[in-house]
Amino acid sequence: MAKIGVFICHCGENVGAKVDCTKLAAAMGEHPGVAVSVEYKYFCSDPGQESVKRAIRENNLTGVVVAACSPRMHEATFRKACAEAGLNPYLCEIANIREQCSWVHTDNDKATEKAMDITRSMVEKVKRNNKLQPIEVPVTRRALVIGGGIAGIQAALDIANAGQEVVLVEREQSLGGHMAQLSETFPTLDCSQCIMTPRMVEAAQHPKIRLLTYAEIESVDGYIGNFSVRVRMKSRYVDVNKCTGCGDCITKCPAKKISSEFDCGLGKRTAIYTPFAQSVPNIPVIDKENCIYFKNGKCKICAKTCQCDAINFDMPDTFVDLEIGAIVVATGFQVQNNTMYGEYGYGKYPDVINGLQFERLASASGPTAGKIQRPSDGAEPQTVVFIQCAGSRDPSKGVRYCSKICCMYTAKHAMLYAHKVHSGKTHIFYMDIRAAGKGYDEFSRRAIEEDEAAYVRGRVSKVWQENGKLMVRGVDTLLGRPVEIAADMVVLATAIIAQPDAKEFAKTIGIGYDEYGFYNEAHLKLRPVESSTAGVFLAGACQSPKDIPDSVAQASATASKVLALFSKDMLEREPVVATNNEATCAGCWGCVLACPYNAIEQKDIVDRSGRVIKRVASVNPGLCQGCGTCVTFCRSNSLDLAGFTEKQIFAEVMGL
Amino acid sequence: MSETFEPKIIAFVCTYCTYAGADLAGTSRLKYAPNVRIIRLPCTGRISPMFILKALQKGADGVLISGCHPGDCHFTHGNYHARRRWMVFRALLDFIGIPPERVKYSWISAAEGVKFAEFINSVTEDIRTLGPFEQYSQLIEQTQAPASL
Repeated sequence: MAKIGVFICHCGENVGAKVDCTKLAAAMGEHPGVAVSVEYKYFCSDPGQESVKRAIRENNLTGVVVAACSPRMHEATFRKACAEAGLNPYLCEIANIREQCSWVHTDNDKATEKAMDITRSMVEKVKRNNKLQPIEVPVTRRALVIGGGIAGIQAALDIANAGQEVVLVEREQSLGGHMAQLSETFPTLDCSQCIMTPRMVEAAQHPKIRLLTYAEIESVDGYIGNFSVRVRMKSRYVDVNKCTGCGDCITKCPAKKISSEFDCGLGKRTAIYTPFAQSVPNIPVIDKENCIYFKNGKCKICAKTCQCDAINFDMPDTFVDLEIGAIVVATGFQVQNNTMYGEYGYGKYPDVINGLQFERLASASGPTAGKIQRPSDGAEPQTVVFIQCAGSRDPSKGVRYCSKICCMYTAKHAMLYAHKVHSGKTHIFYMDIRAAGKGYDEFSRRAIEEDEAAYVRGRVSKVWQENGKLMVRGVDTLLGRPVEIAADMVVLATAIIAQPDAKEFAKTIGIGYDEYGFYNEAHLKLRPVESSTAGVFLAGACQSPKDIPDSVAQASATASKVLALFSKDMLEREPVVATNNEATCAGCWGCVLACPYNAIEQKDIVDRSGRVIKRVASVNPGLCQGCGTCVTFCRSNSLDLAGFTEKQIFAEVMGL
Repeated sequence: MSETFEPKIIAFVCTYCTYAGADLAGTSRLKYAPNVRIIRLPCTGRISPMFILKALQKGADGVLISGCHPGDCHFTHGNYHARRRWMVFRALLDFIGIPPERVKYSWISAAEGVKFAEFINSVTEDIRTLGPFEQYSQLIEQTQAPASL
């Protein structure tokens, strides 16, 4: 005979103000099989959990239903409490009467009626719950970090410094990411390369870090603690083991006028190249698209120049297979293409540039060696207009969010410009100055007070060319009048967007993403560095726009999560897996076709003399992820899914 | 004036996308019609046509099924199986005399709280227009079939 305990949580006012908990408790108390039905203000609190435990012990309960918030919130809490009271934790279920009832309905009576249905349905389910034991799986103590920007490097170093193995995969030919492109960083104005390159070298030389550059993730299979990852090593056409990085091939390459991606189109590079002088590893690649040999079949000057015989034009892509226990995704961001603002003339006027291009102009390693020269004629601009929120906070361009870093980097640009061009004038069009962060507001005040950046609150409507100047027309909303400025250069504080292939990549590794392509965390406040997939963690701007300190902090947080995972020999997994009734299984293998994880194997049933009498399906609980697709596929109803059995679900429906 | 008909709707949703989307509608305090009762499953691939028939037999006026968008399934392709199954099942529903309009199919992601609320409202309105679903219960009365497990 079932003895179910029903615990109805008011959640303060959250449930209590909408659902009549007393009525609910009384109704549940009369439901067959319910031994205890009580209400309380906060069951998740310590005394609340104690009262649940006491009720289990005193009444020898055979099942528990907590009618409260979403199971995604506190299922683990209450299952743990049940286990502490000696009840199998899988005999506890949550009836979601907050997120899916009290918070979304206005009518108290209807909300109460719905809460009753939801709770009753769960009581019916719990009656048919089985005692389950968590599945133990071994942990491979090797982390994969995807992305070699500052977040990826930080995560890799933190994990490696704790003594665990790391594979760091970067799809470009060098570590560094966007941070390597920056000139100086706010709010301290220290040189980005000076703080970045030592970390890059440290990561590359670390005995616990295996660095795979010019490499992309081909596939990810498996689950927490036991991922199988295949990495495609894109062909560099340069043998990594032979190349010494002398750079002779780069000097001799005749294809010299290729627009440099690293310099955002402001500089030129050769067809065999390293993106920047401090590249790690310092091994060039041949850009097949622009290489004269690949285009015309003649040249090979690099191969003739190379004294190490490192150039191989026939080099194929190769694959590396890895066994991985945890994955840190640190794939970063892109800047939005500003040509979508036709009125600002980006792409039409060479002197309208974006923030990242300004970084390259101001960088000592950039195409102008740090001199501020406008792209069209190399002249020193005397008036520069900065336009903030060029793309961000603009629903019409599909970017409703704030890109977070632009206010600060525009203030920094104004400062860098003022320090380099003493006679220069700066105008900054802004919507709001968002300078929340340690030393940030002081920094933006410094741009205004010491470096005389003229902030104009308002938007720019048009930029056009007239008499060799860029005319900027906007509005000063504080003075309530239109403004027109004749500028020599215009810098757009471009929106940060997700990597163009972010969604595709999310599907490869099996994590969620939001409408913009940024990766979803498991909980915005309480689990901000975990993805919804166990064992996959998120660091840096792939999750949302972030500045360097935030990215580094998040990366270190992922490292601590990975290390916690690696601190155990065995992992406990939810026992929600499919099971097969071998007596009724007909061996039709429909389930094998349905299973996304190849978790269903064929098993021979033998008689005493070892003769095979029947061949049936057998589920490998280590591989099974518990989706239940096979169960629905099964023609003979032999398969069932623990935790979501046919009986349980039919009972839930009947309870409604 | 007669009282407005309040349909009873049972939703079968996957825990990774639509259930999370429903939670998001809650945390965003969106308001929607209180007619839907949600049954959580690991994946839409787990949803058997028998559940839908059972729900209608139990007295639901409408059933809805929702999971991750194609390509976004947490279990890589459970939702594709669900979709294929639904394409076949819809024809069967029609054949056995259940209007297919009473069973709705949708994709709602964990980020689409607003879509969830709007979907519930529109389904509730549609089912309300269709009126109570009595054929099934009448059939059961005629055959005296036990309506329990």
